[in-house]
Amino acid sequence: MTTEATEAAMAAGHAAEAAEKGGMPQLDFSTYPNQIFWLLVTLVVVYLILTKFALPRISSVLAERQGTITNDLAAAEELKLKAQEAEEAYNKALAEARVEAQRIANETRAAIKADLDKAIAKADAEIAAKTAEAQKAIAEIRAHALESVQEVAKDVAREIVALLGGKPDARSITAAVKAHLKGEKRP
Amino acid sequence: MEGDIVQMGAYIGAGLACMGMGGAAVGVGSIVGNYLSGALRNPSAAQSQTAMLFIGIAFSEAFGIFSFLVALLLMFAV
Amino acid sequence: MAAEAESETGLVFHPMEQFKIEPLFGEGPIHWYTITNQTLWMGIAVLVIFLLLVVGTSRRALVPSRIQSIGELAYGFVYKMVEDVAGKEGVKYFPYVMTLFMFIVVANFLGLIPTSFSTTSHIAVTVVMALMVFVGVTILGFVKHGIGFLKLFWVSSAPLALRPVLAIIEVISYFVRPVSHSIRLAGNIMAGHAVIEVFAAFAAILAIAPLSMLGIVAMYGMDMLVAFVQAYVFTILTCVYLKDALHPAH
Repeated sequence: MTTEATEAAMAAGHAAEAAEKGGMPQLDFSTYPNQIFWLLVTLVVVYLILTKFALPRISSVLAERQGTITNDLAAAEELKLKAQEAEEAYNKALAEARVEAQRIANETRAAIKADLDKAIAKADAEIAAKTAEAQKAIAEIRAHALESVQEVAKDVAREIVALLGGKPDARSITAAVKAHLKGEKRP
Repeated sequence: MEGDIVQMGAYIGAGLACMGMGGAAVGVGSIVGNYLSGALRNPSAAQSQTAMLFIGIAFSEAFGIFSFLVALLLMFAV
Repeated sequence: MAAEAESETGLVFHPMEQFKIEPLFGEGPIHWYTITNQTLWMGIAVLVIFLLLVVGTSRRALVPSRIQSIGELAYGFVYKMVEDVAGKEGVKYFPYVMTLFMFIVVANFLGLIPTSFSTTSHIAVTVVMALMVFVGVTILGFVKHGIGFLKLFWVSSAPLALRPVLAIIEVISYFVRPVSHSIRLAGNIMAGHAVIEVFAAFAAILAIAPLSMLGIVAMYGMDMLVAFVQAYVFTILTCVYLKDALHPAH
């Protein structure tokens, strides 16, 4: 009811306005003070909102993000450098270790060789000593053997002479054995 | 009768005023076309000139809007 | 106007009805303090700006949420515009430019909501904003450069004989600035809404109703573009005028 009444009144008002001021609401100067007042209020409120809250906050967020990105990039760069350093250190250590290993191997080899030489020399000396001893023993044995051969030959010759009925004469037998042994040796 | 003639004149005037929009269309087309041909020749410089493109369009378009405004005034305000 | 536009075919054109300013409560004459439908939508614009730029960024997230990134995008967009066009010295006036941009762009897009009221289609509103820019920039120019600000009108690169003529043209174009600055914005918004209204009126005829609906959809998309581009243009022209005030020499 009331709405209808207001509508009717408004329509009447519109018609009156339209007849009075023409059609464009934009050119209805009676509303200008109202529009300008509220526009200024709006702009001031927006300006205050922006300068008090929004802009400092957004700029700080942006600056913070920029800072974080820069820091992260720097940290990444640092880590990369560290990794490179570590790799270099590793390579250096590896090379050093290799050299050390080489050195130890050489030393060991030299030590072993020295020991071996010493042992060989000792063994040679022992062998030489033993050889000399053995040769002496052989010579002795040979001398003994020669003597026993003479004795055996004398004994055999005496026995033979006795069997044949003769009288064994020691001197002549010895001379004969000697002559034989010499004769044997001669050819 | 007299009011009818005035109204007729206003309507005819409004229609005539709308021809101005064609001029604005030609102007905007010329600006964008030239921008595009320049941008295709040197694409690296195109990005920095988009602001100038919009300023040019805005200036050129304003006259079409003026003619539209005249038409509106003739239709509703006279 | 209703009596004029109503014709015998049954078509009813009220393209200007939507811009009518009415008191929100009750009726009667509109005083300077009356709360009207325009006041309501200005308040909604303020609310949207508050939600977008203050509430949306309240978490100060390092990785922004959607609303926060819209706010940051708007900030970066206007900041870069001011810095690029007006130079480093112009950054001082960035909050004013940002205020204008945020209000215009939010009001334009709010006006596109069906049955809403488009604040920026009113010449009173845009003229006030344009005059603020014009007067502010002129005062700034004279404060910064004193009488040297007048060099803006003296084109030193032109031949001497031509300079007085050019100076007259420059002065005229300087004083036409607020007019074109304001009419452009209001006219664009008004035109878009009026054309949608005209298409809507054609929908009353059954035969061409589908076509008119398509037309409404197309014009709506166009108006979305216009809503942003006009806010951009208003702001960038503000920056250009600011640059003229800061560096008047040609």
